[in-house]
Amino acid sequence: MRYLAPTTLDDAIQLLSGDPGDCRVLAGGTDLLVRLRSGDAEPDSILDIKRINDLRQITPEDGGWRIGAAVSSAEMNEHKDLKADYAGVCEAADLIGSTQIQGRCTLAGNLCNASPAADSVPAMVAVRAVARVAGPNGTRDVAVEDIPTGPGKTSLKKGEFVASIFLPAKADRSGDAYLRFIPRTEMDIAVVGCGISLTLDGDGTCTSARVSLGAVGPKVMVVDTAAEALIGTKLDDAAMDALAQACSAAASPIADKRGTVEFRTHVAGVLARRAAAIAKTRAEG
Amino acid sequence: MSNIHVTTKINGDPTEYLCAPDETLLDVLRDRLGMTGSKEGCGTGDCGACSVTVNGRLVCSCLMLGAEAEGAEIETIEGMADGDQLHPLQQKFIEHAALQCGICTPGILVAAKSLLEKNPDPTEEEARYWLAGNLCRCTGYDKIIRAVLDTAADLRKAS
Repeated sequence: MRYLAPTTLDDAIQLLSGDPGDCRVLAGGTDLLVRLRSGDAEPDSILDIKRINDLRQITPEDGGWRIGAAVSSAEMNEHKDLKADYAGVCEAADLIGSTQIQGRCTLAGNLCNASPAADSVPAMVAVRAVARVAGPNGTRDVAVEDIPTGPGKTSLKKGEFVASIFLPAKADRSGDAYLRFIPRTEMDIAVVGCGISLTLDGDGTCTSARVSLGAVGPKVMVVDTAAEALIGTKLDDAAMDALAQACSAAASPIADKRGTVEFRTHVAGVLARRAAAIAKTRAEG
Repeated sequence: MSNIHVTTKINGDPTEYLCAPDETLLDVLRDRLGMTGSKEGCGTGDCGACSVTVNGRLVCSCLMLGAEAEGAEIETIEGMADGDQLHPLQQKFIEHAALQCGICTPGILVAAKSLLEKNPDPTEEEARYWLAGNLCRCTGYDKIIRAVLDTAADLRKAS
């Protein structure tokens, strides 16, 4: 195996697209190194992107934030302005693994690992995050929900990798939240995850909303019916009931040792209601 | 497969080593540099026994390649005591009997030191969450948490 550590994006693209064998991108490494050890992955090369300075930055852009693919979740949670805008995304990143894992793991890695249970992904989808994909033909911007295509599978073509995640400008009187259910209190994989962002007008009516679910299907899910249940309401009990029902109806989970179909379906609604309440409080400021 | 030359600083000492491209930092520390204080429990980032800090950031050394440490400053359990003078956390762990078999202890000490540097006055809940990635299969954590909080209180009084 070769270890490659370019210092510019162009060099990284050249090395990755020019590699005739199996070349894996290394960001935080919290998934890749586990796969190397288990023999799940036997790459010919590893391309470490952490020495590319641009990919280590959190940068304001067009009123929003660009988060480089090598930024750890700990760095995100130490960034006060980013956290003030996108508390839900930062909290989701802060739920991945332990303190040690959070010191290394990245949004881009969590996305490209393509686990249906990835914590940060529903949170990113809820705020309409966009992945910037770099490859031999330049860069292209792709909605975060279009990167994973199924468990462990992405829409990235050979030679492409996610260079950064863009969180668009936060609307006034908007807020986001992410909640997950796990059987333990920490260090576990989501049985269900739910991300919500919503915007209120001056009198507290919800003018836009976006709801996403994780771990209840082969990939992250955008639940338009759940968002529609909130828009135009003051997020009263009836709206919250409709939200919960829409999320439970959209969930199509598998049963495994961490949760039955019935449990996951029910919890999708419970989490949606709770996440919406948090997002509402944040939107109210 | 040719080895990679890495220049780094470990516990304040400039250190150079050669490592294979797929060799973890934990394997470098233990097998090449003879620093066996960092333990391998799981090798997959679940147990925290291999905890070290890299440029001040707490990480699992089993989830990092040795090659990634180029130019980094690494702190391990070997750098915690000052000669024969134990670090206050180490002293408190003895006083509270916050260990039995001891395999998890180096990682917990490194993680706890990192917590107190970041947050000198953690609540019990904060300490428990911070250390959630350090598994102990002997003591049940209470003595560990008490030792950490007691150390924090002492250090605050002293400062």
